[in-house]
Amino acid sequence: MADLAAVVGIGQTKYQTKRKDVSIAGLVREAAFNALTDAGLTWDDIDAVVVGKAPDMFEGGIMPELYLTDALGCNGKPMLRVHTAGSVGGSTAIVAASYVQSGMFKRVLTVTYEKQSESNAMWALSNAQPFSPHLNAGAGGFFAPIIREYMRRTNAPYDVGIKVATKDRLHGARNPLAHLQLPNITLKEVEDSPMLWEPLRFLESCPSSDGACALVISNEELAAQSPKKPAWIRGAAMRSEPTMYAGREQVNPQAGIDCAKDVYKQAGITDPRKDLDCAEIYVPFSWYEPMWLENLGFADVGQGWKLTMEGATSLDEKGDIPWNCSGGVLSSNPIGASGMIRFAEAARQVRGDAGDHQVDGAKLAMGHAYGGGAQFFAMWVVGSEKA
Amino acid sequence: MSDQNTEALEPITGIEVPVYLDYNFTAGRATARFLTGVKNGKLLGQRCPSCRNVYIPPRGCCAACGVATEEEVELSNKATVESFTIVHIPIPGNPIKPPYVIANLVPDGANISFLHVLSECKNEDVRIGMRVEALWKDASEWDYAMENIQYFRPIDEPDMEVEEIGRLKDA
Repeated sequence: MADLAAVVGIGQTKYQTKRKDVSIAGLVREAAFNALTDAGLTWDDIDAVVVGKAPDMFEGGIMPELYLTDALGCNGKPMLRVHTAGSVGGSTAIVAASYVQSGMFKRVLTVTYEKQSESNAMWALSNAQPFSPHLNAGAGGFFAPIIREYMRRTNAPYDVGIKVATKDRLHGARNPLAHLQLPNITLKEVEDSPMLWEPLRFLESCPSSDGACALVISNEELAAQSPKKPAWIRGAAMRSEPTMYAGREQVNPQAGIDCAKDVYKQAGITDPRKDLDCAEIYVPFSWYEPMWLENLGFADVGQGWKLTMEGATSLDEKGDIPWNCSGGVLSSNPIGASGMIRFAEAARQVRGDAGDHQVDGAKLAMGHAYGGGAQFFAMWVVGSEKA
Repeated sequence: MSDQNTEALEPITGIEVPVYLDYNFTAGRATARFLTGVKNGKLLGQRCPSCRNVYIPPRGCCAACGVATEEEVELSNKATVESFTIVHIPIPGNPIKPPYVIANLVPDGANISFLHVLSECKNEDVRIGMRVEALWKDASEWDYAMENIQYFRPIDEPDMEVEEIGRLKDA
C-alpha cells in the first residue's frame, strides 16, 4: 500500500500572451518560489525536483531541463524530466507524488511550464511527415473531425460548444491568474467569432499562453507540519494507448475510461457527479466538455451535452458539478503546465483557497489532463480529508 | 550614434534565433514499400495476420494486436469520408484557398483512415459517409509523397452507412 501524500504548496504565474520580462528559467523559478512560499518552505527543504513540459519543439530549446537545474535549486539533488505531450502537467504531478507515496523522497518540488510566445506550437505540431500530406492543421484540425463525429452520434444542438466556451470564460473572469479576462462575454460573441476548423470557432479554442505552475508534495508526517491546509492525494492514475489503430474509438477513448475507473476506485468514488464537488478537466476545445463528461462517467454515453446545456457544470448557474471554475484550458493554455494547473486548481478547491472561483465547502475534487491524439491520460482526486 | 539616441532605443528583451531541422527519415520496411507504391501511383496497405484489419499507411505492425504486418494489399483509389473539418486557415506554401475541406478518408479495402484534402465540391455538401476518389497528379510529378494525390473528389455513388465505414467486410 502506498504512503499518503499531500499537496502542501501551490505556485502559479499569471498567465498571459507574452512574458517578455523573464526567461524560461525565470518563469519556472517564479512558480517554484510561489509554491515554496505557499508551503512556508525554502529550497533546502526539497529532496528532489520533477520538471515537465510539452514537446521541446514548442520553444525550440532541446532538453531545457539541463539548464533549468540551477534555476530550480537542483544542485546536488535528483532531477527528472517528464514528457507525455499535452497531458504532461498531470503526469508530472503524478510522478512527483509517486516518489513521495513510495517513500523514496519525503518532499518533492514539481514544476511545469510553457512559454508559447517563444515559438509557434501549431507549427511544431504540424511538422511534415513523409507518409502523410503536409496540411499544417495543428491540434484544432486534428480534433475537429472527432468532434464532428460526436455531434453526429449524439445529435447534440450546434451551440453546446458555444455554451462551454462562454461558461469557462465567465469562470476565468473570477480568477485573476487566468490569461483571458472576458467578464462580459456573451454566447452571441462566441457564435460570431471567426470559424477556424469547423465546427470550432476562434472563441471555442484555447489561447496561447506563457506560464508555469508548481506544486510541493510531501509525505503524511511533513504535511501535518504544514502551515496551510494540505490537499490529500486520494487517487492518481495514468493510461495511454496508440494514436492510430484499426477500430480505435477516438470520440470516447478506452484509455480515458480505464484511467477514470482506476482513479475512482482508489478514491472510493462510485458516482463521480455525486461524489465529487467539482472538477478541473482538460478542455482545450469547447466540445471536449460534453465528450469528457461521458468518457469520465459524469453522464451516460450520448448525454454529456445535456449537463452542459442545463448549467450543471457552471458555477454562475449554481450547477451541481462545476467544471473548470478557474476558467480551464479555454482561459489559459501554457501547454506543458495546463495539466498541472488542473491538478493544482483541484487542490486549491479542497484547501478552500480558490478565491472568487471557490466552490463552497468543496471536499473532493478531480484534476484531469489528456495529450497527444487524445491517447495519454493523467488524473488525480484530491480531498480535504485523508480518507 | 549619440548617447541621446541610445537612450531612446527600446530595451532588448528577446532576439530571434531560428532553428532549422532536416531529417534523414529511415522509413523501415513497411513504410518504404508504401512510399515506393505511392511513387508508382499505387496505395499499398498491410493486413494484420491476427485481426485481419488493413493498415494504410502501414507502419509494419498492428498497434491493436502488437504483431508485425507483412501481407501487402493494394487498395482502391476510392474512399469514404469518415469525418472531416472545414479549415479557414491557409496552409503555408500551399495554393489551396480557405475555406477548404480536410477529411479523414478510409480507402476501400482498408480499416483505418488517413487525412487528405477534399475538393471539387461545395464545402457544405461534404458529409460523413460520402464516396470520393483520389485525383493523382501527372505521373511526371510523382515523388515519395502523399502529395502525389492532388486531392480527393466526390464520385457518383450512394453514401456508405456510417456503421460500415472502415469495418471488416468478411469478419
